[in-house]
Amino acid sequence: MMRSKSATMVRLTASYAVLVVFAIIAFYPILQIINISLRPADRLLSTSLELIPENASLDNYQELFTGRPFLVWLGNSTFVAFVVTLTGVALASTTGYAFSRFSFAGKKAGLLSLLVTQMFPATMLLLPMYIMLVKLHLINTYLGIVIMYSATALPFCIWQMKGYYDTIPVSLEEAGRIDGASQFQIFFRIILPLASPALVITALFSFMAAWTEYVVAAQILQDTELWTLPVGLKSFESNMTSEWGLYGAASVMVTIPVVILFLSLSRWLVSGLTLGSVKG
Amino acid sequence: MTLSNKARRRLMIFVMVAPAFVVLFGVVVYPFFYNVVLSLSNMSLLHIRDWKIIGFDQYVKVFTEPSQPDFYLVFVKTIIWTVVNVVFHVTIGVFLALVLNQKDIRGKGLFRAILVLPWAVPQLIVALTWRGMFNYEYGAINLMLTQWLGVEGVQWLRQPLEAFLAVIITNVWLGFPFMMIIALGALQSIPHDLYEAADIDGASWFHKLRHITVPLIRPVMIPAITLGTIWTFNNLNIVWLVSNAGEPGDQTHLLVSFVYKAAFNFYRYGYGAALSMIIFFILLAFSLTFMRRSNVTQNVYS
Repeated sequence: MMRSKSATMVRLTASYAVLVVFAIIAFYPILQIINISLRPADRLLSTSLELIPENASLDNYQELFTGRPFLVWLGNSTFVAFVVTLTGVALASTTGYAFSRFSFAGKKAGLLSLLVTQMFPATMLLLPMYIMLVKLHLINTYLGIVIMYSATALPFCIWQMKGYYDTIPVSLEEAGRIDGASQFQIFFRIILPLASPALVITALFSFMAAWTEYVVAAQILQDTELWTLPVGLKSFESNMTSEWGLYGAASVMVTIPVVILFLSLSRWLVSGLTLGSVKG
Repeated sequence: MTLSNKARRRLMIFVMVAPAFVVLFGVVVYPFFYNVVLSLSNMSLLHIRDWKIIGFDQYVKVFTEPSQPDFYLVFVKTIIWTVVNVVFHVTIGVFLALVLNQKDIRGKGLFRAILVLPWAVPQLIVALTWRGMFNYEYGAINLMLTQWLGVEGVQWLRQPLEAFLAVIITNVWLGFPFMMIIALGALQSIPHDLYEAADIDGASWFHKLRHITVPLIRPVMIPAITLGTIWTFNNLNIVWLVSNAGEPGDQTHLLVSFVYKAAFNFYRYGYGAALSMIIFFILLAFSLTFMRRSNVTQNVYS
């Protein structure tokens, strides 16, 4: 009995040690961002490893909100992310349902093409769509960027929704039909509420994609007033010596909402993703 | 006028399916075929309006034209990048999931929340912050090396090998939480009485891992690993932003950043499209063989 007790002690100690080490590794770069954001102007380039900088100040945040178009970018990003999320949820929830429940010509090919898009290198969609946007004069517009983001996020979201609908028994719909509900009522009143975990994941993914994307946005949005947060943030970083602190402050502001969303929805993340991949 | 039930159902199918078709056509089918056409054309900045079909010349160019950096070298690097990343993601992820899944660990929620953070932070910020941490004079990595270990700092971003290593370290950091979350989900779905039965039979820790845990999380892990491999192979953000578009001297490229540079910095649209097709076929071949093989072995064991 003694032996197994000490074995348990060893196992628990080792487990906590592993968890603490990895927690530090996971958290350190985030601490680093916070540290940079708090540095006073004369300590931007510091060779000290202290976790909170000496003479920590909120000057960078003040400059960010009052001296820079940060609020404009925040508004732009919120708008774009909101529209992309709405589009993503509306299209993925209906398309996914059609793929899960109805049989129609081209269904198999459509499903296969959704999977295959995951193997496209970024340029495969970006290059044709970019040339298309140039021809339609949609460069430097929000419509252009909303189309790009919806296009890249949709296939995965549709697949995700389809996988979840598949787990909802058809008998529920039949019960609704016997009660005299129409197809539309069945979809909106019975199926959609049941599929809310998958809807939440779809919304989260669409939102994150739009909120954090840089490469495409830098290619499409050219005027400073149209920039989204990532483009503005990168402009601070390119000038590391003088605006490194602003970069830190902007990063903290961009990351906070995403992390809050992510952590509060992480319970759904496990069940939603696992279900989706089992089905896939 | 009232519609019959049958007509209503037809209308429903049409309303649901029509947007699906429009969307899929617009965002998948059309760009794909446009890309095929581009890859067979000579379109570039010089020939943006008067482009014409020239056959397979661009494909031949990819394989034979000397380029800076060399196509084959970039290809080999991409394979190394993908294998190293996925191996670390899966081993660290599954290992942490196993540790977290023990019944008597306290503070599970807190540990899980902290360990999932690298996934939650936007990739742009991950990349730029690590780039700062790899800075020679002021970056935290070199400061730790010199101040704590007394070793000389490494020229992370100014030499090809070191820069490649820096990119890999960054991506390993950001990728393990995905595998950890997937593995945790899979572990939680294993019925507990299986382990109790094994305990009664006196099975060792290793036996339980090998004969219960691994086979039962396998069906969930295989699709996740396939997806993870494809995402890693195609991850443009990290290599592009950590190495600042391929520095030093375009020597830090993966296939996906190489093609991005050809298309968007050098405006070689035809060449870029051909290279995109090649990357796509590599991934398609990989996914088909990997999924098929793992299915076959699965059947042998069950």
